[in-house]
Amino acid sequence: MAVKTLSLDGQLISARDGQTLLEAARESGVSIPTLCHLDGLDPVGACRLCLVEVNGRLMPSCLTRVAEEMEVWTQTERLQRYRKQIVELLFAERNHICSVCVANGNCELQDLAMRLGVDHLRYAPQEPQCEVDLSHERYGLDHNRCVLCTRCVRVCDEIEGAHTWDVAGRGTNCRVITDLHQPWGSASTCTSCGKCVMACPTGALFHRGASVSENVHDRETLHALILAREEKQWLV
Amino acid sequence: MDLEDLIALAEAEQRDRAEIEVRVCTAAGCLSSGSRPVVSALERALADRGLTPRVRLREVGCMRLCCEGPLVAMDVLETVSSPEPSLYGKVTAGQASVLVDVIDNKQATTEGLQPIDSNGPFFSRQRSVVLEHCGLVEPERIESSIALGAYRSLHRALHDLNPAEVVELVTRSGLRGRGGAGYPTGLKWATVAKMPPGQKYVVCNADEGDPGAFMDRSILESDPHRVLEGMAIAAHAIGADQGYIYVRGEYPIAISRLDTAIRQSKRLGLLGSAIFDSTFNFRVDLRIGAGAFVCGEETALIHSIEGLRGTPRPRPPYPAESGLWGHPTLINNVETYANIPVILREGADWFTQIGTEHSKGTKVFALAGKIRRAGIVEVPMGVPLRDIVDQIGGGPPEGSTVKAVQTGGPSGGCIPAELLDTPVDYESLKALGSIMGSGGMVVMDQDDDMVGVARYFMKFCMDESCGKCVPCRAGTVQMYRLLDRIECGDATNDDLVLLEELCDLVQHASLCGLGQSAPNPVLSTLRFFRHEYESRFVEPTGPRSSSVSSEAR
Repeated sequence: MAVKTLSLDGQLISARDGQTLLEAARESGVSIPTLCHLDGLDPVGACRLCLVEVNGRLMPSCLTRVAEEMEVWTQTERLQRYRKQIVELLFAERNHICSVCVANGNCELQDLAMRLGVDHLRYAPQEPQCEVDLSHERYGLDHNRCVLCTRCVRVCDEIEGAHTWDVAGRGTNCRVITDLHQPWGSASTCTSCGKCVMACPTGALFHRGASVSENVHDRETLHALILAREEKQWLV
Repeated sequence: MDLEDLIALAEAEQRDRAEIEVRVCTAAGCLSSGSRPVVSALERALADRGLTPRVRLREVGCMRLCCEGPLVAMDVLETVSSPEPSLYGKVTAGQASVLVDVIDNKQATTEGLQPIDSNGPFFSRQRSVVLEHCGLVEPERIESSIALGAYRSLHRALHDLNPAEVVELVTRSGLRGRGGAGYPTGLKWATVAKMPPGQKYVVCNADEGDPGAFMDRSILESDPHRVLEGMAIAAHAIGADQGYIYVRGEYPIAISRLDTAIRQSKRLGLLGSAIFDSTFNFRVDLRIGAGAFVCGEETALIHSIEGLRGTPRPRPPYPAESGLWGHPTLINNVETYANIPVILREGADWFTQIGTEHSKGTKVFALAGKIRRAGIVEVPMGVPLRDIVDQIGGGPPEGSTVKAVQTGGPSGGCIPAELLDTPVDYESLKALGSIMGSGGMVVMDQDDDMVGVARYFMKFCMDESCGKCVPCRAGTVQMYRLLDRIECGDATNDDLVLLEELCDLVQHASLCGLGQSAPNPVLSTLRFFRHEYESRFVEPTGPRSSSVSSEAR
């Protein structure tokens, strides 16, 4: 297998051909913040948090493949500023009130805010009118917490194979929907497998009737499933 | 069909010319100002006078001076004595009989008719390359296009040149993409041509959605065969056998005329299988866009043709490598394809003589706004903006002065009056923070408020964002709100700082061209009209309002 050497934050590293910059960076112990990315799902490069500077250009590290003699910077002042702005924009976009959220303490958006030092918002909250869909017997959907990362859409399509989820609307009026914009409970394609809930980074998708401490997003099960299918590794 | 048949058809059509031909514009502009009743009234009047065999009525496409529509032109064969060939504007159905009187030579007076000087600066300062047959051919009759030479270049490409030579010719011509970004067309063609043989596609981007732009619409409605011919030549050059024209649904006339044109070309064997008795097959299908601005972005357009949600994806891979259903795909704009037949006909050297060193050929603009003569104009690249505004457009109306010219729609910017001597080419406009864009050009006068203009375009981008990436989806909303506050005189300098920071983020971090260029109208108005922003600030009083300092939750 071909190996590429590149520079990452000034250090020379080697990476396997075909690896993304995100994977190579993680292997080298450099952590790049992400939100829409989830190992095993097709990357979409939508949240723009994992942008890195490659030879002076901004590239999404989840999608950019390593190449010989790349010069990559992952933590420049400019990138940190953009990341902070993006998280602030997300907080201002919907109603992310952590103190009354089922994902409090187990939320990737909250983690990002702490990691990036977002301690106040400079942008006016949009305060949209968002619905809560409790029509499904086991799960709930709270649009107030949704960051439109489309992990639920992809996990349902790519891992479960049901494609119950999709996105409707345009711009800030985008909403994740089930089937043809029916209540989740009446979406006939839904298999109630719960993978979308496992994949959700925030409290948008949750187990009904579970407390904050019980609403843990179980990424391990997802990863195990992906490993089992793609690499025939069965972790018992 | 072979070349002889094509020439025979052209000659038959030429022979068939009537002594006097009356052309009425039935492109969108004139139709909306009432050219359909004019056609009916003229038809009736000609029939009543028994002039029908001697005088022929032709429904043609755009005659450019859209603000004077409906336009009616009269052509007279040289062998016939009087009346004079002429062009009339703002013709009403009621004036049909007066027009027929003029034709019939019964009455010398042209009372009530509004003649237009077809030698005036609006026409004489233009250079027709792409639009050479617009307003002359009948878009719904292929014979009339063939009479003016349509499909000759395709024949030449198939029988006298090999694909590599066609690509070489386009490369040498220096043609750059007319969709706005100005990527070298020949290079794009060469890239797709060099991909391994197999399924390839040719796509025409006719999803013109910029506010104030209607050039592609005019071309499609007036001379659809020219675009089809350009696509077929491209398909031959890169090795494709399937093409798609992605037209926005808001252009019903263009859609119907393209549909007719495709059917007529197929019937004559100019599209479909074994074109001109060669081994080249090319099928063209129409795809109707549902009116999402983002679908003009090439990767979103590809998703839309595939039947998916029209959202862009990061490039690379570029469509030239992996486009429709993962196959190499050539995407060009309407005007780019419309340039191809003439480049093959006249040669690359001829084409390179028009325009500037780095921007060859002509560019079609849709001139609108505070201007005396609005419509479609085609000028050689490098012409100063001032020539377009003052000479072709006739300057601003009585009592107003030009303040700025907006080019490139929501992705472009405002060029202030003092910089109107800037030549129109890709690099010069870019240096001013604007872009050529697809060719919308809106003239603004002293009454236009630049903050309002920026706010208008930001609202457009906010509404049209696909919602996939965060900077564009959420950033444009915040920028719109800040602009709104500034316009209402409700903001302070801190808001401007915040706005500029957001411009930086949205411009550099967005996924596709829509977001990356959305801040341009703000940045360019800030660059040239910053005082208009600053003059509205209020003094900050006490603690900042709730909109800015929400505590982290």
